[in-house]
Amino acid sequence: MNTKTFKLLSGNEALAQGAYEAGLKFAGSYPGTPATEILEYLTQFKEVDAQWAVNEKVAFEVALGASFAGVRSIYSSKHVGINVAMDPLMTAAYSGINAGFVIVTADDPGLHSSQNEQDNRLIAKFAKIPLLEPSSPSEAKKFIKLAFEISEQFDTPVLFRMTTRVAHTKENVEIEQRHEIENKIFEKNPHKYVMVPANAYKKHILLEEKLLKLQDYSEKTELNKIELKDKEIGFVTDSVTYLYVKETYPDASVLKLGMAFPFPDKKIKEFSAAVKKIIVAEENEPFIEEHLLQIGIKCTGKHYTYRVGELKPENIKDIVENKPKTQYPGGSRRPVLCPGCPHRAVFVALRKTKVIVSGDIGCYTLGSLPPLAALHTTICMGASITIFDSLSKVLGNDKVVAVIGDSTFVHSGVTGLINAAYNKAKGLIIILDNGTTAMTGAQPNPSTGITAKNEQTKKLDLEILCKACGADNVEVIDSSCKSIEEKIKEYTSQDKLSVLIVRYALCKMIDRTKKAAPLLNSEKCKKCYMCVSVDCPAIVKDENGNIKLNVNLCAGCNVCVEMCKFGGLVKNN
Amino acid sequence: MKTINILFCGTGGQGILTAAEIAGLAAMYDGYHVKKSEVHGMAQRGGSVESHLRFGKEVFSPIITDGEVDFMLSFDKGEHDRMIKLLKKDGKDLFPDFVEADKKIADKKFLNTYMLGILSKHLGLSKESWQKAMKDVFKTKFIEKNFEVFNMANGDVK
Repeated sequence: MNTKTFKLLSGNEALAQGAYEAGLKFAGSYPGTPATEILEYLTQFKEVDAQWAVNEKVAFEVALGASFAGVRSIYSSKHVGINVAMDPLMTAAYSGINAGFVIVTADDPGLHSSQNEQDNRLIAKFAKIPLLEPSSPSEAKKFIKLAFEISEQFDTPVLFRMTTRVAHTKENVEIEQRHEIENKIFEKNPHKYVMVPANAYKKHILLEEKLLKLQDYSEKTELNKIELKDKEIGFVTDSVTYLYVKETYPDASVLKLGMAFPFPDKKIKEFSAAVKKIIVAEENEPFIEEHLLQIGIKCTGKHYTYRVGELKPENIKDIVENKPKTQYPGGSRRPVLCPGCPHRAVFVALRKTKVIVSGDIGCYTLGSLPPLAALHTTICMGASITIFDSLSKVLGNDKVVAVIGDSTFVHSGVTGLINAAYNKAKGLIIILDNGTTAMTGAQPNPSTGITAKNEQTKKLDLEILCKACGADNVEVIDSSCKSIEEKIKEYTSQDKLSVLIVRYALCKMIDRTKKAAPLLNSEKCKKCYMCVSVDCPAIVKDENGNIKLNVNLCAGCNVCVEMCKFGGLVKNN
Repeated sequence: MKTINILFCGTGGQGILTAAEIAGLAAMYDGYHVKKSEVHGMAQRGGSVESHLRFGKEVFSPIITDGEVDFMLSFDKGEHDRMIKLLKKDGKDLFPDFVEADKKIADKKFLNTYMLGILSKHLGLSKESWQKAMKDVFKTKFIEKNFEVFNMANGDVK
């Protein structure tokens, strides 16, 4: 008869599979580690309209629109992506939804690949929406189905928090049948869908009442479960930390919060009455701890130093004893641009011109690391052009250059360019167009003319766009060090707003073909190490100070050859 | 049975995540509860790569507690030296086997498969599960050659 099918799925894949089985019909996202695989997994299903959006705000609104239109819908992004979507998020809590709508945030405790480690559990409280947190892939699949039910039962978006460890852990997960859901009817209802002051005021009153009902649900749901064992210590915990507690203290009593917000106060009090000592084990912010203290529960939380970084199973003992954090990550090999990466030539040229470089988020952020060290500011998506705008006005437009990737430019660089032109900024903005969203694993974007489902679509023309925004000069060149260096000098010396689009041969993430590696002539090498300064993994200084060329890694871009003045490295044609 | 903890480590591009995936699938096909944890994002850019694989009756934490690694497969001297402190007192360090394999295997893209063959000698997972896992991951890509390399390393899988 029916035998169960299991697959080894990551948390992200399991979440997506669960959403699919729950009758999902729309998914919107912008790529970002550790969230990317959710949308990628959903592109395989013909029943789901899975889209990469221009940015997170757009993804959120299109997904919310799908819910309004009557189909189950999901938004997903990394934690900082939620910041971009905060405007619609805060008000969607007031309006509510039509068909089930889930907001997935993939947080990154430990900053494995992010610019901060903000704890998005706080957003649930701030926005007044329920918070669900799975601890494992199998729970992600189970909980996402409940999230859609809660969303529809209480007419609210649901915040669904993953962390890197949940998102990127793989586990045996059962594959089940999809359950089709009939579309809900969209009815014109300005009191619900038009959030002008008079309507929104009434909705806020209803929202406060809704939170009380949600709290009642939180008390009763199995998502929040008490496991009574040894009563000496009782842990209150959530997310993957629950599993670290089970690993380290298998015999302790535990209150696991799968739905931390609204907090199940009665259940928390019941648990605290049943055990001698309450320990709160949670990553990052003291979100649960502060609430327990607020409702008068005596508890021990982690030492404040443990707010930094992710927890590991071996840290749970320290938390019980309220000891400070002593180990910080370090010693691991830093990432570098791929061998043959076309960004390398641009950063070699920028370093040579000695300009201040306002950077952005993408692979090219790696250009900030020594020895390239040719990128000097990075804050968030799109901030290269806006920060450049002011740097160039204050410091001089001949001293500053902005660099931004094609996907990031479309995400939120374009608004900065319009602003720069409108407010009369001058100087040079370089768009590094490698034809993909490389850092997150090569996803398409509007300037590639390909959709998330790998279909042809309208292709955004960056040249026409930049001209329309008000750039005085727009020029497209290919990437060789010498021409880029000349162009940087030419455009930074003009009192004009210029956009230089460096259009590459394909990114090495997509095109793995290689050209012949250069020839190394050790006798001619003067050990000036200029070749090593291009920071390529294929050419390194060995322990004896000799240059070593790894022909297995080399892609034959010859940027190192351009650096060699002594004939120690020559092109191999 | 007690949970088996395996740590794979090295640098981007060495096929470490692929090797961990195959071992994880093989354990799943043999009926074990599997958890495998790794951090993506920087792996393709030459940075450190580590994958934690745990399997048993019921596995809790997706990452291995410090000092609890039963088997350590390192593909890089520097990463080996950095991570060796995680090995259990009576744990098995397979780096000497890797050094031997590196001399023996000319085509470096088969090194990970060779090391899986070495690992398989210690785990007692069935040959059918290993083969099914390799087929899942490699598809048809050099599958016969991968079987051959795996069997060579393993000697005699039961």
